[in-house]
Amino acid sequence: MTVLAVFAAEAGAFPLEAKDTPNDGGKSVTLTWAPPAEHPAHWTLVRRERGGAFAPVATLDGALARYVDEAAALTNGASYEYQLVADPADPPRDSEVSLPVVPSPDWLDSTKANVLVVTGLFFIVLFFTINQAHRGRRWTFRKIPGLVAIEEAIGRATEMGKGVLYIPGVQDIDDIQTIASMILLAQVSRLTAKYETKLSVPTNSPAVYTVADEVVKSGYQDVGRADAYQGDMVRYLTSEQFAYVAAVNGMMLRERPAANLLLGAFFAESLLLAETGHSIGAIQIAGTANVHQMPFFVVACDYTLIGEEYYAASALLSNDALLLGSLKAADTVKLVLIIVIALGCVLATLGNPSLGNWFSTQ
Amino acid sequence: MNLESLSRLDRRWIFLAVGLLVILPLAFGFHIAPVEPSPRSRGFYDAIEKLPEGSTVLLSGDYDPSTIAENYPMHLAAARHLMRRNMKIIALALYPAGPPLTDQVLHLVGAEFGKKEGVDYVNLGYKTGNELVMSSMGSSIPRTFPVDRRGIPVADIPVMKGIHNYEQFSLLVNVSAGFPGTKEWVQQVVSRYHLPMVAGVTAVSAPEYYPYLQTGQLHGLLGGMAGAAEYEALIERPALAMRGMDAQSLAHVFIALMILLGNLAFLGKKPARKA
Amino acid sequence: MKREIPILITLITGLFCLVGFFVPHPFVRLLYDDIQQWVIVIVGATYVLGVANLLRINMHQVSQKSPDWPYKIVLLAGLLGMMAIGFSEGVRYADDGSKFQWMYNRVYSPMSATMFALLAFFIASAAFRAFRIRSFEALLLAIAAFILMIGRVPIGNAIHPIIPAAADWLMEVPQNAAKRGILIGAALGVMATGIRLILGMEKTYGSGEGSS
Repeated sequence: MTVLAVFAAEAGAFPLEAKDTPNDGGKSVTLTWAPPAEHPAHWTLVRRERGGAFAPVATLDGALARYVDEAAALTNGASYEYQLVADPADPPRDSEVSLPVVPSPDWLDSTKANVLVVTGLFFIVLFFTINQAHRGRRWTFRKIPGLVAIEEAIGRATEMGKGVLYIPGVQDIDDIQTIASMILLAQVSRLTAKYETKLSVPTNSPAVYTVADEVVKSGYQDVGRADAYQGDMVRYLTSEQFAYVAAVNGMMLRERPAANLLLGAFFAESLLLAETGHSIGAIQIAGTANVHQMPFFVVACDYTLIGEEYYAASALLSNDALLLGSLKAADTVKLVLIIVIALGCVLATLGNPSLGNWFSTQ
Repeated sequence: MNLESLSRLDRRWIFLAVGLLVILPLAFGFHIAPVEPSPRSRGFYDAIEKLPEGSTVLLSGDYDPSTIAENYPMHLAAARHLMRRNMKIIALALYPAGPPLTDQVLHLVGAEFGKKEGVDYVNLGYKTGNELVMSSMGSSIPRTFPVDRRGIPVADIPVMKGIHNYEQFSLLVNVSAGFPGTKEWVQQVVSRYHLPMVAGVTAVSAPEYYPYLQTGQLHGLLGGMAGAAEYEALIERPALAMRGMDAQSLAHVFIALMILLGNLAFLGKKPARKA
Repeated sequence: MKREIPILITLITGLFCLVGFFVPHPFVRLLYDDIQQWVIVIVGATYVLGVANLLRINMHQVSQKSPDWPYKIVLLAGLLGMMAIGFSEGVRYADDGSKFQWMYNRVYSPMSATMFALLAFFIASAAFRAFRIRSFEALLLAIAAFILMIGRVPIGNAIHPIIPAAADWLMEVPQNAAKRGILIGAALGVMATGIRLILGMEKTYGSGEGSS
């Protein structure tokens, strides 16, 4: 960076606009200008705090028209002025000194307004449906064959004297699909406790093992069968994806469960698990929101819960009014989004992409 | 063999046929058909090609040895393309078993182009946390990765000088096997920090990212070994993926045939007698 | 209180993280960033629990001479062996020529790739066994599958360039549209499930209680 004269010229060849960078945590100033037709090879950007002296901040390409100053030296609330100084030095080509600008943090990121609106809409509809549920309103939903089959599958395993293998997917506990799987596991464990059916839950994450173990224990306690719970029902195998698959396939071939419940996030191992399960004659119910694995489950399993059917499963099985209310809220918001998408398509076709652009996150 | 006996075909015959159809072309190199790059692969190529020389690129190798057949060739080809254009490479992996593969790629290609570790490229290694790591890097990369894979403080690594967060990168090149991977990078980084991105993914997950291509959140996409072969054709450096294309072609034709045969066998089954 | 405290913690942190997504102000952001670091630490700590569980169950099965107990010894030997090598080499485990690298390249890497490669065989057998054209929709699916399988490899373009073009159209138009629909639906499902958890409506994953 070149050394400069202490005093830079106040008047300049072109204006320099300095603004507080929007939608940020502060300590950032955005500078914009229209570079002159004949610009120098480089600009030296100089900055001063009000009442202070100019000091160089950065060297910029001569053709640039925008720069964001995020130097650690910036302080929120302090007033700064900027100027672009030609390099090599040529004072008549320097920019004007910008008006004072005060960097400050923002409380709301307006670029996420679209997400905020849809989230807000969801909360409003949800609280409305919860309110309706408290007043006794009941909604009906279509029957999902896979959910009806879960209890049948467990019953079949009981009659055959064999076990149920519950595979909660290969993601960690922070994944929403795994959490949804734990919710379903609670209901499955109550059924296996009631019917005295052997339950095996191999997990591929220590955190999932911890939660699943607690869920199964609680499920057995809920139906008064705490004595039937065994500590090795839930096992941590390995976090390595294909080692987990090999271990689970080994369990299937050795223990030969009558029912396989594959409920969670699955990736490439889905077909390996489903085909092995088919080869031992088990009834298989799968549920995942991973779209790329759905075709494999649809082909290889007896029942498949697709996408939001899987997320709705816990609410539908519980038959709890408040939970069903949340499903109704999701359905209502989906209907609104369908209308908005259709409207956006029509508007875009007529040459007005504003609605679609408003929903853009980039 | 009649259609009914076909329905009872032991699947091990199918396994044997698949094995032979894959091994023979790899062993003898049939060269069935030339590789024609798709618009998605061209997008990947063009995104790197149009970067100014000497730009800094973030290369994330989010895969492990299980998907080595699909992801390693595209990782290698991307590294070759980047180093040929004298890009500075900051590499990392979000899979625990990923860093050695990244090391292999960078060392192999670095030796080809005379690049030095620490000066032209660095492997920051693995950090647990998935999307949290991506989000944390947006605040501070040195805080998220205080040392590189060799244990050297990043403050002492020349190529890391001036690297604070995503603002210093011109492009994100992601090679991904699943989770965490391309979708998470798009959601956490492209949408929030507007960093241009290209991705190479496994074939089974490629369709999931087509919406991101259409919206411009991804500038290019390589799908599976076929995508890697197309990219090798574009950088004019045939390698592992090109060699696998004949085997893949025959395997695909065989599976299509299996669907037909399976349905013929199903039709050939005698209907059950009614009581 | 045993039930209420976890729900309260979930509510407060869940709402805070939701708000943190929209608020860039350092007052919120600094804690938001720190929470993310804490999660990384917690997830790392659970690996200790996992290894302890592995050792406990498998050592018990070896001591009881349960069915296939020799394989448990192989498992324990692999686990402890890799850990010993990694710890003994320290930060040098990443160097070329280290024992850890040898185990990685000669044992772990081929075994992982082999498991994934099994998919090719399983897909072929599943295609033969289970893909039944029983309806008009299944017929459409089969035709699309044929076009895509042939169009995605060089042999498709060699047969006729219209095949990869048709494959591209199928992927970019009907497949994309359907996938977007499923993604939007799944995203709303995620929102509904997440809100149920944050607001404490769904407690079955906790201890000893059903849903609200």
